[in-house]
Amino acid sequence: MKRTVRARIPVACAMASLLLGLSALPAGAERLVSSLSSHIVKITSNFTGVELTLFGTVENDQAAAPRSGYDIVATVTGPRESAVARRKERIFGIWINAQSRTFVDAPSFLEVLATRPFENIADAATLRREQIGIANISLPQQIGPDIADVIPNDQFRQAFVRIKHERNLYGEITNGVTFLTPTLYRASIFVPAEALVGNYDVDVKLFADGAVIARTSSAFEIVTVGVERFIANAAVDHGLAYGVATAMMAVMTGWFASIVFRRD
Amino acid sequence: MEIYLPIADLPVNVFLLLGMGLAVGFVSGMFGIGGGFLMTPLLIFVGISPAVAVATVSTHIAASSFSGAVAYWRRRAIDIALALMLLAGGIVGTTAGVLLFTALRRLGQLDIVIGLSYLLLLGSVGAMMVAEGLRAILRARQGKPVELRRPGSHTWIHGLPLKIRFKQSKIYVSAIPVCAIGFIMGFIGAIMGIGGGFLLVPMLIYFLRVPTNVVIGTSMVLTLITMASATILHAATNHLVDAVLALVLMVGGVTGAQFGARAGQKMRSERLRLLLGILVLGVGLRFAFDLIVAPDDLYTIRTIGEAP
Repeated sequence: MKRTVRARIPVACAMASLLLGLSALPAGAERLVSSLSSHIVKITSNFTGVELTLFGTVENDQAAAPRSGYDIVATVTGPRESAVARRKERIFGIWINAQSRTFVDAPSFLEVLATRPFENIADAATLRREQIGIANISLPQQIGPDIADVIPNDQFRQAFVRIKHERNLYGEITNGVTFLTPTLYRASIFVPAEALVGNYDVDVKLFADGAVIARTSSAFEIVTVGVERFIANAAVDHGLAYGVATAMMAVMTGWFASIVFRRD
Repeated sequence: MEIYLPIADLPVNVFLLLGMGLAVGFVSGMFGIGGGFLMTPLLIFVGISPAVAVATVSTHIAASSFSGAVAYWRRRAIDIALALMLLAGGIVGTTAGVLLFTALRRLGQLDIVIGLSYLLLLGSVGAMMVAEGLRAILRARQGKPVELRRPGSHTWIHGLPLKIRFKQSKIYVSAIPVCAIGFIMGFIGAIMGIGGGFLLVPMLIYFLRVPTNVVIGTSMVLTLITMASATILHAATNHLVDAVLALVLMVGGVTGAQFGARAGQKMRSERLRLLLGILVLGVGLRFAFDLIVAPDDLYTIRTIGEAP
């Protein structure tokens, strides 16, 4: 079940982009170019988050009159992971986890940056089709044997997005992209310390007259380096050896302390 | 200075952790206990998930009980035979505790069970200790001699079969209660992240009549082995032991314990017991508060696995 959903999303995206790209191209011949200030982020022991800069230009091949109102929407999507959301209820006077929902392969990080509020960029149907804004991005839940997305005002979905937002992992900045010149744009992407390691996709869409006229994508990767990476990997890949080593470390520390602080 | 904890997966100020280690170490040295019942809640209150806190504190306690056990070993104040018999139950209890821990975690009820266990155990033990401490202080005020239980008095426990003679403790007691005590300590230690010295010492004294000169050393040996095996089992099954966190805590803990031990020697024992009782009761009530008061956020989310 998981596999089919995962497989379908890219296929659907590819088809949508193909169709839209074909239909949009004759209208204008803009090309979108983008790059990131860094394509690899290294997490070290004092990592407290990092700010990356996304920048690029709108290239207009034709000599045709350039359009006036360009809008950019950049969506940064972190590695996908499944998560359980639980709701507490008061049972016999104490608060206990009662209902739960599983979010299947939800982005661990989601940041949507735009030049203007989304509703000013395109109409609701276009925003939904292009998955612009967190409310329009699919967050499939496991409901019984099926996997489906629910309406944006579903309580669990809202709680999930809110908690992610509180941890600085989900966010929307509707003035996050600025045009420095009519064709040169830049945006800052802040990746907090809590962000997972893995690949981050940056999907950039160019809007004009309420429609997508060009798109491009970029990516960066967060990696842990040094001791942290070694420890985190060892803990998962070699749990038993890691446990024995940690227990030995405890014994050595205790032994060392008993020598240092020996009082007789 | 922030350090990134690889398993807890969050950055924490290293001085905050060292300070917590020192404070808990001070208290543990003062009262002659491991301090797990304070350290685990403190870690939970600073935002480390209860599961990681419980698993990591078991490593911390293994370190502090080892340094304690070495000191008692030098003084020959450990009953090896009794410790081994307790361990037979302890290892089984730890394994059962880790299995239950894993199952509860899968069901999403681990945090509640940890909270409830703390409330019930610390609330009841703390209340008894406070009552006992107050009575002892009142008796001392009235000038009466401190009441001592006669070590020769027998209870139903001494009627059980499979009796074994423990030479160093000079007791002749059935293996059943010894293993049972070991099992209980291992079990609650694995689930709650406590060494349980504050429970084990009174149990050994009241139920088995272990003399006071060997009781602490022997209990430390049990704590050491059950907590070391809890570390290994938690690491092997749940991957929850944070070695970086454990190391910072132990460095603070073993240092603080030295100062605590000196401070404890200057205080009278009944006052010390009353203080410990208030501390235990306080931690228990703090958990009650969390369980009863409506949480700020009814929703929680927990990752269940990364998509490949």
